[in-house]
Amino acid sequence: MDYLLQPWPWYVSGPLITFIMLLLFYFGKSFGMSSNLRTLCSMGGAGKYADFFRFDWKAQRWNLVVVVGAILGGFITVQFLSDGSTIDLSSNTINDLKTLGFTNAGEALLPPEIFSWDAVLSLKGLSILVIAGFLVGFGTRYAGGCTSGHAISGLSNLQKPSLVAVIGFFIGGLLMTHFILPLIFTA
Amino acid sequence: MKLLKYLLVGMFFGIVLVKSEAVSWYRIYEMFKFQSFHMYGIIGSAVLLGVIAVALIKLLGLRSIEGQKINIRPKEKGFIRYLLGGSIFGLGWALAGACPGPMYILVGTGVFSMLIVIIAAILGTFVYGVIREKLPH
Repeated sequence: MDYLLQPWPWYVSGPLITFIMLLLFYFGKSFGMSSNLRTLCSMGGAGKYADFFRFDWKAQRWNLVVVVGAILGGFITVQFLSDGSTIDLSSNTINDLKTLGFTNAGEALLPPEIFSWDAVLSLKGLSILVIAGFLVGFGTRYAGGCTSGHAISGLSNLQKPSLVAVIGFFIGGLLMTHFILPLIFTA
Repeated sequence: MKLLKYLLVGMFFGIVLVKSEAVSWYRIYEMFKFQSFHMYGIIGSAVLLGVIAVALIKLLGLRSIEGQKINIRPKEKGFIRYLLGGSIFGLGWALAGACPGPMYILVGTGVFSMLIVIIAAILGTFVYGVIREKLPH
């Protein structure tokens, strides 16, 4: 039971993610979480504005159910499957975050410096979340997939476009982490 | 009842991603700083096993629960959309510290400010859909 409540090592989590992908393949579906964003647009009537959203979203209901399950999974984990462990970050990461003004790195899942309501309810804090979300939503549809669709299932299927997309993920991620975050946050 | 299995898969996915800490902003930052093997281990082992599993599915012609041959749709050809779209996604991923799956899962863990990120992501998808004809693919 202790093993269940402690953080799971990468060599347990990685294969379990493969297992989830294979389950969805077995059900005759695909592993792609960002498709839900398009489905939600379509449900909300976005088909009036673009052909891209004119499709039978009811056929995608299964994927929305996966999302509901994922939300429940997050709830179950913090309520019943956690022992309050902090995240065992590398000491270099903790030090680097200090220079950005992030204290107590790893004590929660997410930095309160970005996600606490105190931070969010300011023009800067709100802009960060809105811009971040917009980039994810725009980028993932432009690239035709996100981490699950390209990095996990696309690479598993040896798709060259997915390799290019993952290289893109890193170009953007490295730019943000190494050059833009230090401009946004200062200690 | 047919949909129940998807609810269970989703729950399992949520549990795995929280227990692996892949939903943590800090772990994404650490990954892009190359300061820990953790995230590379997760994605690397998932892909390595995935390559073997997908090859076996094709080799053995395995069938889905509905009896049809499992057919994993290949990605459309292209280059610019993958590189440019991927880079835009990467910028957002490193700033929000969450990609689409974790965004939803984190709401379940009680981070309700993530709803703002989700709404903005839906808006981003909408804007892409409206202007996609004008973008290079």
